[in-house]
Amino acid sequence: MTAHELVIEGLHAGVDGREILRGVDLTVRSGEVHAVMGPNGSGKSTLSHVLAGKPGYHVTAGSVTLDGVDLLALAPWERAHAGLFLAMQYPVEVPGVSLIDALSESMVASGRSVDGLLEAIRAEAASIGFDERFLDRPLNVDLSGGEKKRNETVQLGILDPAIAVLDEIDSGLDVDALRDVSRRIEAMTSEEGLGVLVITHYNRVLHELHPDRVHVLSRGRIAAEGGPELALELETTGYAGYAEEPEPAATPPAGLFDPFALP
Amino acid sequence: MPVLPAFAPDAARDRAAAEAFAAAELPTAEEEVWRYSPIGDLDLARYRLAPVADGPVDVPACAQGVLDLAAGSGSVAIVTVNGRVVHRSAPGGPGGDRVEVGGAEALDGIELPQPTDAFDALNAAFGEPVVVRIPAGASPGPVVVFHYVEGDGIVSLPRLVVDAGPDADVRVLEVVRNTDDADALVIPVTDLLVGKAARVGHLVVQDLGRRAWQLGHQRSRVDADATLTATAAGMGGAYGRQRTDCRLVGRGATGNLRALWFGEDDQRLDFRTFQDHAAPDTTSDLVYKGAVGGRSRSVYTGLIRVEKNARGTNAVQTNRNLKLSDEAWAESVPNLEIHNNDVRCAHASAVGPVDAEQRWYLESRGVPTAAAERLIVAGFFDEVLADLPVGFAEGPIRELVTAKLARVGLA
Repeated sequence: MTAHELVIEGLHAGVDGREILRGVDLTVRSGEVHAVMGPNGSGKSTLSHVLAGKPGYHVTAGSVTLDGVDLLALAPWERAHAGLFLAMQYPVEVPGVSLIDALSESMVASGRSVDGLLEAIRAEAASIGFDERFLDRPLNVDLSGGEKKRNETVQLGILDPAIAVLDEIDSGLDVDALRDVSRRIEAMTSEEGLGVLVITHYNRVLHELHPDRVHVLSRGRIAAEGGPELALELETTGYAGYAEEPEPAATPPAGLFDPFALP
Repeated sequence: MPVLPAFAPDAARDRAAAEAFAAAELPTAEEEVWRYSPIGDLDLARYRLAPVADGPVDVPACAQGVLDLAAGSGSVAIVTVNGRVVHRSAPGGPGGDRVEVGGAEALDGIELPQPTDAFDALNAAFGEPVVVRIPAGASPGPVVVFHYVEGDGIVSLPRLVVDAGPDADVRVLEVVRNTDDADALVIPVTDLLVGKAARVGHLVVQDLGRRAWQLGHQRSRVDADATLTATAAGMGGAYGRQRTDCRLVGRGATGNLRALWFGEDDQRLDFRTFQDHAAPDTTSDLVYKGAVGGRSRSVYTGLIRVEKNARGTNAVQTNRNLKLSDEAWAESVPNLEIHNNDVRCAHASAVGPVDAEQRWYLESRGVPTAAAERLIVAGFFDEVLADLPVGFAEGPIRELVTAKLARVGLA
């Protein structure tokens, strides 16, 4: 098992000319589970978007490296090949594009074999109770919130990254589904050395994923850090004491601009 | 319009139509239905009717693929070269003996609409019709008609009439091709007559060469409780125009209209639709999807027209366009004209680039940018391609799309 290291140093970034992250430092190594918690507007989603290179976000200072490779200099797809995966809070619907086609393109582009890919996808789906009939649907189209999260987890299992960022992976998942997804991620962490950065507002997912370290994000900076006990403390105190400020709500992705859209 | 020697009424099959053509003005881009079109650039004097060949004409090699597909699942396959039937498979295949194929003489007793414009009249005057009759209650295998246009400076007038009797069930594939290097003017007119409770599927694949112009017109009449599903694939041509008039004349008639097109280089692709609701409880559902790359341009204009007596109409019109380059251009103009209050009508129209979030989603999985766009554009057409009236044409059309994607740089 190769050891990998995601290092975020002094990261300043924003969207639409507004600075949201104001100096974030964070290191995630293989096999570790880190939780980034924080109130609404603290910059949690911005962090995940900047790491994965979402269009519209800009970095003004700082660095992000994975095993010494400057991720910020890479296109989003190159970051994936470098070993980064983002499980999105709002996985985007891509009409007409199947899961297997997307994953095949990714595997081919990174020089990996697609032999047995379909079987591997089926096995991943079975391991988290994701109904096989959803595998034939266009990506995320007509999937419920929870199904989308399981779909993200299937892709995580197939792409086998060094570091996974899980943005609100628990939202939409019922108790049983959350347990299934968490078991799979834990297995990847302990058996394959996956490093995990789990971004969450609530504590629920942390009862399943057992973070090694908890970081509290507030006003674009890490305001507090500690062990799992910090998450428990937040459970009772809430984010009182950590200032909130409004951040534009992460809107679910829209399709083409459509002035005459059917109701 | 002065009579051009190439189109003298004396030489016409239908003299009255030829005189109507001679009396007609050529349309101009001032007319709404020709707005944004390059029709003003048309110089009819450049073209002549294809000379009538002596003796047999070979089936063009480029028809072989379609004929092979038809041999596997079709009932009858017909090949025309410059409007003349050069091949007709013996009635065979599933239900083939129930398909009747004739020429102009078979038009007797069939009521067809009057020409809408000079080009309809030209086709009626000089075109050699292929008339396909499906008797009442028959459900033969797919009928395949391949139109080939041969020669340079040729005007070709493909003409197909499908007359489906009550409760008949038939799928028809029409393919229009010529060579890449020939300057041809192709004016196909297709009439689809869908009898009571009949089910007709029609797919036309326009795959002309880069110098050809097509001015196509499809006219349909759908009787009570019948369903027409008509799909157009506009791929080739310097200027490829397809006008579709779907007239729902019987109570409970349904018209499902689909199209996909993909422009590249300097192509101009042009689609005009009319969903005419002329009877109560009629349903029309239109989904037209186009992509424009390079410096290509596309136009979609559509009108839902609900006549006074057409209460209970349900009409939907959706046009979506993907703009794949800064220099490409797409226009979309939906319209409604409603003369009854008890109706449900909706239209939606959009022009935009590949969705940045969709692209980012695929990229975040490790799919390179061009591959992500290729998947998204191919997927954009899926809604139309997954449900073609003639299933065996899906593979070939996807091939055409894939080749275009590669040519616009999305390999």
